Amino acid sequence: MDSQIQLTTEELNEIIQLIYTQHGYDFSDYARSSLLRRVARCMAIADFKTSYELKYHLINDKSFFAWFLETITVNVTEMFRDPIFYKELREKVIPTLASYPIIKVWHAGCATGEEVYSMAILLQEAGLLNRTRMYATDLNPVNLERARQGIIPLKQIREYTTNYIKSGGTNDFSAYYTAQYDNAIIHKEYREEVVFARHNLAVDQVFNEFQLVCCRNVMIYFNQELQNRAVHLFHDSLSPLGYLAIGIKESLLFTDIKEQFEVISPLARIYRRKK
Amino acid sequence: MTKNSVDIVVIGGSAGSIPVICELIEALPAPFDFAVVIVIHRSKNVISEMEQILAVKRKEIIVKEPDDKEPIQKNCVYLAPQNYHLLIEEIHSFCLDYSELVSYSRPSIDVTFESIAKIYTEKAVAILLSGANSDGARGMAEMIAKGGIGIVQEPSTAEYPVMPQQALDNNPEAIAWTPAQISAYIHTLNV
Repeated sequence: MDSQIQLTTEELNEIIQLIYTQHGYDFSDYARSSLLRRVARCMAIADFKTSYELKYHLINDKSFFAWFLETITVNVTEMFRDPIFYKELREKVIPTLASYPIIKVWHAGCATGEEVYSMAILLQEAGLLNRTRMYATDLNPVNLERARQGIIPLKQIREYTTNYIKSGGTNDFSAYYTAQYDNAIIHKEYREEVVFARHNLAVDQVFNEFQLVCCRNVMIYFNQELQNRAVHLFHDSLSPLGYLAIGIKESLLFTDIKEQFEVISPLARIYRRKK
Repeated sequence: MTKNSVDIVVIGGSAGSIPVICELIEALPAPFDFAVVIVIHRSKNVISEMEQILAVKRKEIIVKEPDDKEPIQKNCVYLAPQNYHLLIEEIHSFCLDYSELVSYSRPSIDVTFESIAKIYTEKAVAILLSGANSDGARGMAEMIAKGGIGIVQEPSTAEYPVMPQQALDNNPEAIAWTPAQISAYIHTLNV
């Protein structure tokens, strides 16, 4: 359905400019190919035929922007997505984290929180959750509210349970949530351990020092310049020898700061900040 | 059919397409003066051996899954990674996208075809093979509209004819060829 609307590069640039001047969100360094699809998809859902209609609503309709922001940002996520990543995390990262008295973890671009809770479960199983501070950030306030609630549609639990087992989990996965009607709610002890806050990787700065930064499948929506900015920010947010985890099809190879990291898991794309 | 110089060949397929894809890779000229991108429907969250399955007798040809932001190079065969849509940036690099499924698929053939149409216009060839759903038909229309070439596996030769048949119904300009004819075309492309 998103292909029915043809947007030119010029129209997209005008829309990006308008969003910045009217609403303060800077999408100018987002990857054009994916952003174009997102904007076209929004227009299709809103039943706009032309970019003029979209611009009209962006300027004149206050409530429209919240919906637009939520719809153009990709919020698709899973618990224990890429089980191999969590397996590598269990085996190669968590044992060294155990040596810190207080462990600080940052999930940048946490969407609706599924991966944050996956990480919390791993830390709990390693006996580290009670001395971990988890920060989860996103630019979209609607996402943060959903993430805070920790509610997962029950129909997805079967898939997540399979992922959990593949990641090396040996507990009964149902021990981590309570089922109510059509939803599963992550237990309070996990939800309470996470600080959810707004942070925009395109403009915001370092706010703490971490032993592990997790930013998976977020930077794929950025162009190379914005990727560079984000990875510099992660570097500066990590303690020496702190870990950076990115999506398994993302790479630091094309960034201008790759020499500052060593590869810990080539398969799971886990890196470590050099001293 | 005019013979443009071609910068990219994109092959889409689903059920029943893998033997044909192997045949087409075998038929590539050595070296080949264009990039090849393969989009097939695959399952997610499993360790995939697809790169090995597509490894062909010609050892100099390496099929690789591109990373996000990887530059597209000639004489290379790229396989769309499982669980992402594969898009193309204006600077001719790959861009991955983890948004909603399209035609029940991620990667979706339509999504990659449409992205390639926008960037490569008449320098692109789309090839659509055996499969059991209609993914690819719409994207092929986009590629043809931008001046690219659309080739569809002759449905009678396909293990699952739905996908090529849909593409032909949707695209009267597309050429229906047997795997051997497509191989012969690829073998002499840009040569």
